[in-house]
Amino acid sequence: MSTAGEVPAFFKSMGSDSPARPRQKFCGMFCPVEGSSDSKTLDFDALSACRGKSDGRVIDRQTDISQPRKVEIRESTGKEALQNLDDRRSDRLLIKGGKIVNDDQSFCADIYMEDGVIKQIGENLIVPGGVKTIDAHGRMLMPGGIDVHTRFQMPDRGMMSADDFYQGTKAALAGGTTMIIDHVVPEPGVSLISAFEQWREWADSKSCCDYSLHIDITEWHKGIQEEMEALVKDHGVNSFLVYLAYKDIFQLTDAQVYEVFSVIRDLGAIAQVHAENGDIVAEEQRKILEQGITGPEGHVLSRPEEVEAEAVNRSVTVANQTNCPLYVTKVMSKSAADVIAQARKKGTVVYGEPITASLGTDGSHYWSKNWAKAAAYVTSPPLSPDPTTPDYLNSLLSCGDLQVTGSAHCPFNTAQRAVGKDDFSLIPEGVNGTEERMSVIWDKCVVTGKMDENQFVAVTSTNAAKIFNLYPRKGRIAVGSDADLVLWDPDLTKIISAKSHISAVEYNIFEGTEVRGGPLVVISQGKIVLEEGNLHTTEGSGRYVARKPFPDYVYKRIKARSRLAELRGVPRGLYDGPVCEVSVTPKTMTPASSAKTSPAKQPNQPVRNLHQSGFSLSGAQVDDNIPRRNTQRIVAPPGGRANITSLG
Amino acid sequence: MSYQGKKNIPKITSDRLLIKGGRIVNDDQSFHADIYMEDGLIKQIGDNLIVPGGVKTIEANGKMVIPGGIDIHTHFQMPYRGTTTVDDFAQGSKAALAGGTTMIVDHVIPEPGSSLIEAYDQWRQWADEKACCDYSLHVDITHWNDSIKQEVDNLIKEKGVNSFQVYMAYKDYYQMSNSELYEVFTFLAERGGIAQVHAENGEIIAEEQARMLQMGITGPEGHVLSRPEELEAEAVFRAITIASQTNCPLYVTRVMSKSAADIISQARKKGNVVFGEPITASLGTDGTHYWSKNWAKAASFVTSPPLSPDPTTPDYLNTLLSSGDLSVTGSAHCTFSVSQKAIGKDDFTQIPEGVNGVEERMTLIWDKAVTTGKMDENMFVAVTSTNAAKILNLYPRKGRVAVGSDADLVIWDTDSICTITAKTHNSAAEYNVFEGMELRGAPLVVICQGKIILEDGNLHVTSGVGRFIPCSAFPDYAYKRVKARKQLAVLRAVPRGMYDGPVSEFSMSRGGTPSASARTSPTKQPVRNLHQSGFSLAGNPAPCGPPTPDDVPIRPAGRRIVVPPGGRSNITSLS
Repeated sequence: MSTAGEVPAFFKSMGSDSPARPRQKFCGMFCPVEGSSDSKTLDFDALSACRGKSDGRVIDRQTDISQPRKVEIRESTGKEALQNLDDRRSDRLLIKGGKIVNDDQSFCADIYMEDGVIKQIGENLIVPGGVKTIDAHGRMLMPGGIDVHTRFQMPDRGMMSADDFYQGTKAALAGGTTMIIDHVVPEPGVSLISAFEQWREWADSKSCCDYSLHIDITEWHKGIQEEMEALVKDHGVNSFLVYLAYKDIFQLTDAQVYEVFSVIRDLGAIAQVHAENGDIVAEEQRKILEQGITGPEGHVLSRPEEVEAEAVNRSVTVANQTNCPLYVTKVMSKSAADVIAQARKKGTVVYGEPITASLGTDGSHYWSKNWAKAAAYVTSPPLSPDPTTPDYLNSLLSCGDLQVTGSAHCPFNTAQRAVGKDDFSLIPEGVNGTEERMSVIWDKCVVTGKMDENQFVAVTSTNAAKIFNLYPRKGRIAVGSDADLVLWDPDLTKIISAKSHISAVEYNIFEGTEVRGGPLVVISQGKIVLEEGNLHTTEGSGRYVARKPFPDYVYKRIKARSRLAELRGVPRGLYDGPVCEVSVTPKTMTPASSAKTSPAKQPNQPVRNLHQSGFSLSGAQVDDNIPRRNTQRIVAPPGGRANITSLG
Repeated sequence: MSYQGKKNIPKITSDRLLIKGGRIVNDDQSFHADIYMEDGLIKQIGDNLIVPGGVKTIEANGKMVIPGGIDIHTHFQMPYRGTTTVDDFAQGSKAALAGGTTMIVDHVIPEPGSSLIEAYDQWRQWADEKACCDYSLHVDITHWNDSIKQEVDNLIKEKGVNSFQVYMAYKDYYQMSNSELYEVFTFLAERGGIAQVHAENGEIIAEEQARMLQMGITGPEGHVLSRPEELEAEAVFRAITIASQTNCPLYVTRVMSKSAADIISQARKKGNVVFGEPITASLGTDGTHYWSKNWAKAASFVTSPPLSPDPTTPDYLNTLLSSGDLSVTGSAHCTFSVSQKAIGKDDFTQIPEGVNGVEERMTLIWDKAVTTGKMDENMFVAVTSTNAAKILNLYPRKGRVAVGSDADLVIWDTDSICTITAKTHNSAAEYNVFEGMELRGAPLVVICQGKIILEDGNLHVTSGVGRFIPCSAFPDYAYKRVKARKQLAVLRAVPRGMYDGPVSEFSMSRGGTPSASARTSPTKQPVRNLHQSGFSLAGNPAPCGPPTPDDVPIRPAGRRIVVPPGGRSNITSLS
């Protein structure tokens, strides 16, 4: 259902040039040549008011972008240091002269943080002596990224995805992401709570940055409902993922999805959905294997984009029926994105999450002659073979039709992928992207002019924090917020390569892509974790961040609608005419049989509420003039004739 | 009416008929000509025809002569829990003829678990006994297994059925899973059948019904509240997705809502082979009556998918019908008496479903679409008759006024005005969902099988004269495009060397999707075809590229390659 149309013509040429070719820095003949103004003109940054009181030292602006960029970080020295004897590695940090970028505005101010929390924002801050100071030189300072979708250390058939929580969060921090939300995938038959605790244990011991957890619902019965309640109330979980794919493993039926969504709405959580029609995928897989197509190209051939769009449409329908907020994970294709955009136009509370891979690359690599390379792209829903997809998704992300970005980081080694060397349906699924996420979006959206820096902050951090009820603790630079910050350098260029990435896998699906923009300094929990290209991460320092139900951003509209959506029956008199004899087999066993397999309350047998049976004596009805059926005998009742059964 | 010559005495019941001075309206053009029919066929068309003496002649006086309507969707004499619909084939086809419809296509509904062929024979017997006009049959597939597959094959090849309906609603009864739909559609695409769907998401309906009843809503308004139009649209969308995957032509029966119609028109714009069938009720009335205080009246509107409570729906559907986004019209005529409807007086889910419409169909479309200027008379013929004939592969025998076609004609009076009411209609039902509507346009004369059935307002029908018209497979109208696409849609594997790197240990407990689905479906296990695993020595490790023709040497899977002459292959090296 594509009425959303094509990308506007002026977007088409943007950001679509070959990533392998070095990019022209500025375009247009009237733009200044790069570096031409250095040492010739006034340094407005240095003079602008927002610099506040400059320490007077002139820092050379670095112009050669091939060299690693420097930031000036001044440790406390001499006498100042004596004041901080008790805490040598002080948590106190001052960032001077940065341009603070939130999702609503940008402004110049200094930031002082202590104990992992932002304490002061403004100019001429009064800070204790001996504070470690970072001079931002007017560069952008933004809230650390939130990667809403990771699968670190995910078990799959006895294997484990290549990046554990340590390796994964390290990669995230290297890319400017200071919080991740991982998916707990309980095996069907395993309790949600015990799976949750397992994941907590893994993450607490290894994670280097704050994290939170989504829970995947992989089966459905009464016990699961109780566990969900416990998770929401006691464990700070407010999002649950259901699968419409993976037939006979994770997949739920429409009726089950309806019940899960109803429960989620009552709990005030977010319903996430992996949207692909698993039934059709299973059929297509079988068909394609029968045709002798066993390589990774079979993966994308068996999961056409239509199948994704269909499932998105179906989950939107179920969410509308249940008045439950919906969050579509991994938006990989144009048509799925279109369905979301249209549903939003109609007023559905639905959010779409494109991932780094769908924003940065396409599915043409599935046809690579190199099996290992082709297999590295295997993820579900697959990357679209249509090379215009990334550009289109970036445009929708920029205009707000898609709201948040994740990475779905779940890479497997080539040896692990090779489990499916003779059968693509066995290849473990997942691509990398947590490290590249921020840079790819900056390069594809901000550099091309599709979005501004504020929208960039919104899609990489703020919207995620709002949807999952972390705002304003996360996703905003404000007094009282967590000190998770990124000093962003828009001029940094980098060529992504598996040789230099942090992740443990041999392939990087963005191999060779040149991206502009990258983090210069990353501060997580008030500590500098990245500076001058060096990572200083501490295994196990990441905290679990509990999330409350009923996020305002999502539930304000839901609440208003549920007040309106009360249905009423029509008060009628009892039908007292003749009733046809029927055979005993009832035609619709439906409600009862659905309750059999599901934990929904046993529907009461419909009992007629006599209080609601109004009886109108008000005389003529519109239908009075129609003659009565000849077989019907009505003896006039004492209070006058009721015209309930008269024909009209 | 006059008789030429004097040899009319033995020919009084002659099948010869001449219509003079009519304007023949086909779906492509209108022109003035006389029509001469004999033995139920049109023999000559033109001016100054040479006809035998003693032929009965009808003076059309410039009025339109159109091909008789084809009502592509009826449920006459449908059994329902021990009772049958009040209109049997005699009553129903009489109503059809009275409205200018000269052919009906009824749905055979086998009980789940029973044989399709037996049900088909049963319906044939009922219809042959009673039908007053030609008929054909759709067969509904209410469950799916290997023997049904055989029967479908048999029905297509020998019994003259080319269209099969599947249900996405009626959970635990008729409803099919997506995998079953996929298999049915795949099979029909192979055999040249048309896949019809009753499109509603039955699972969600079941949940909503339970919710309504819990809330104490038991009246007919619960029917429409538990089946919101979105569920119809969702199912249409899903059916289109599956049909497009299986490259099968799709026919959506009973398009009742704007959103469902929108999805069909969008799919058609994308190139899907999909046809939408609005019915008389959805084109002529809306679902506000479900809230009528009169239970019996409200119940008479109960049909699935329900009439949309949005009063602008009929107008919208008429517009899409006029623009060609919706292709054919049926009536889904399936009437129950009030006492039958009253089975569900305390529970709307028990109300037998169905509305009238076979008699009103042509007049209603004329009034809503032609008199309002949305469509012209040719389009009117297309949507009431020609398109249906094309989809059923009966064209040009039906659906066209041409030499050699069946003599099923209607002389249409554009000026007559009639008011629809249950008092005068031909159906046996006590209610008419169009009660009180004043409609312009009506048949003046109806000719069926070369005989005058309706003239001067008098119906002369004969029960049992209706013939079964077999429909053949692969109708061009639907299948030309499908065939062309089938030739294009061949998938190719990428010829690669065998992966010879390390392989992780893994347990087979998960990821068994294909085999798991094979459990429930009657299909083979996937087998790796070793002959298709090519190995290229061409030495072009291009990271990506289009699939190349597999003209490369074939290497048996077991053979080991020690450094080949042209250098090492880089299958597992990192790029």
